[in-house]
Amino acid sequence: MRRAVPPLLGLALLLLPLLAIEPRAWLTLTVAGLAMGMLVFLVAAGLTLIFGLMDVLNFAHGALFSWGAYAGFSVALLVNGRWGWADSPSVLANAGLLLLAVAGAVVVSSALGIVLERVIVRPVYGQHLFQILITLGATIVLEELIRIAWGPNDQVMPVPVTFKGSWDVADLVVVLRFPIIAIALGAAVYAGMWWLLHRTRVGLIVRAGVENKEMVQVMGHDIHRYFTAVFAAGSALAGVGGLMWGMFNQSIRPAMGGEQLIFAFIVVIIGGLGSVTGSLVGALLVGLSYNYVAYLVPKAAIGVTMAIMVLVLLVRPTGLYGTGK
Amino acid sequence: MADLLELEGVHTDIDQHHILQGVSLRVRPGAVTVLLGRNGAGKTTTMRTIMGVLRPRRGAVRFDGRPIHALAPHAIARLGIGYVPEGQGIFATLTVDENLRVAMLADTAESRDRLRRALVLFPDLERFRDARAGTLSGGQKQMLAIARAFVNPTRLLLIDEPSKGLAPIVIEHLTAALATMKEHATVVLVEQNFAMASRLGDDCYVMDDGRTVHAGPMASLAADQALKRKYLGV
Repeated sequence: MRRAVPPLLGLALLLLPLLAIEPRAWLTLTVAGLAMGMLVFLVAAGLTLIFGLMDVLNFAHGALFSWGAYAGFSVALLVNGRWGWADSPSVLANAGLLLLAVAGAVVVSSALGIVLERVIVRPVYGQHLFQILITLGATIVLEELIRIAWGPNDQVMPVPVTFKGSWDVADLVVVLRFPIIAIALGAAVYAGMWWLLHRTRVGLIVRAGVENKEMVQVMGHDIHRYFTAVFAAGSALAGVGGLMWGMFNQSIRPAMGGEQLIFAFIVVIIGGLGSVTGSLVGALLVGLSYNYVAYLVPKAAIGVTMAIMVLVLLVRPTGLYGTGK
Repeated sequence: MADLLELEGVHTDIDQHHILQGVSLRVRPGAVTVLLGRNGAGKTTTMRTIMGVLRPRRGAVRFDGRPIHALAPHAIARLGIGYVPEGQGIFATLTVDENLRVAMLADTAESRDRLRRALVLFPDLERFRDARAGTLSGGQKQMLAIARAFVNPTRLLLIDEPSKGLAPIVIEHLTAALATMKEHATVVLVEQNFAMASRLGDDCYVMDDGRTVHAGPMASLAADQALKRKYLGV
């Protein structure tokens, strides 16, 4: 019964703006909101697992987001320069470019994540203050490295033509294409994570570890191997999130990760630390409300996401799906 | 026969506190060794030191003649040591079945057979196999915790205060189950419930202020009123 409350609230939030916004604008905003939500979810999902399992506050997550975007950008540039796959009208070539760019983001972000976990996070397990300081420090270094490698200015992200523009549905509504791709990707990632966490042995051990890592250890599981794997997977998700966010906005900047990290932390807190489903619900809540409010009262947009967080914390201090550890 | 587990002059700190100040004990294979002592005597710290969760500052822990005090907890567990911590340590959001599966290190015929035997011993677990472990009663949670440690072919079981917070009738059931299990395993049992301890125990150690202060057969301690009063307050 209680578990049904958050989805119902979500549905109410989805339909409520119809009172103030005309249906066509509402649909456009809803698609944009869902897309933004799914992109934030990619970042928040990694953050929530890393915090839930390892009790690590990883402020460098935003830098991994930027690195994923830049790595994907370089791959996309290379592939488009050599074969013209972004400008080609072929759907297959366009999808191929997207896949290669995603692969580039995954490889670079997860490799960086593994290095971060092994070198700077491992010595500060259990010490939140040191974690914040050292991961913030890593963020600065990683951002500066981006400026050195790619320059300090915005870069234009090549977006495959298939994903540009919009589809007209029955001459009635105009649906932007890229947001639909982003929504599909987010849904696929959520489904994949759910499957991994609930249907595999590794997922079972990770879920047990989120609840009580010492017990998992004394049962004979090498928790540090799982820590590294989760850190790498979370970093990969951040990287993919960065790439998709870059394609969504068609441009990337060295500091893009820091801005997204605030949203991701808000989402993780709303959803409950350690809960992937919570992060999905929280991300969609934030994405939708941000877009509706930005349309109605542009200046209040960020304030509303904060207000939702405060409200959730007042009613349920552990977040919507948190177990309260 | 050589001792299965041996602690020699073990000192363990928790933060700045010097908790264990020289614990020495020997565990005979096939026997149930009971650790007794007042609250704060260092019984749980001794168990956590054996498991490698806490690292001793001085002294040695040997399992089967081999020093293990420098190993990580997971490596110690894989030597064949099962641990039922104080407060059970069950995964409340996982189902009973999932709790058992996390515990089972290898899906072998022997493990499946041990699981079957554990479920015969604790039929409630079979009945609530798909329920979330957090919804179980205190006694059922304790049964789950013991079954989890039992499903692997463990050579040594460490059980910390299984009777804590349980009703007398549940303790009765648990004692009977442990009595059956002791035929298959060597057990180190921390227990405040003297009746349970004396029914299950073969050997016993009494701890006080982080030291082992008495060692001997359980039966002779049960008869020694002066010793019991001095260290256990019973």
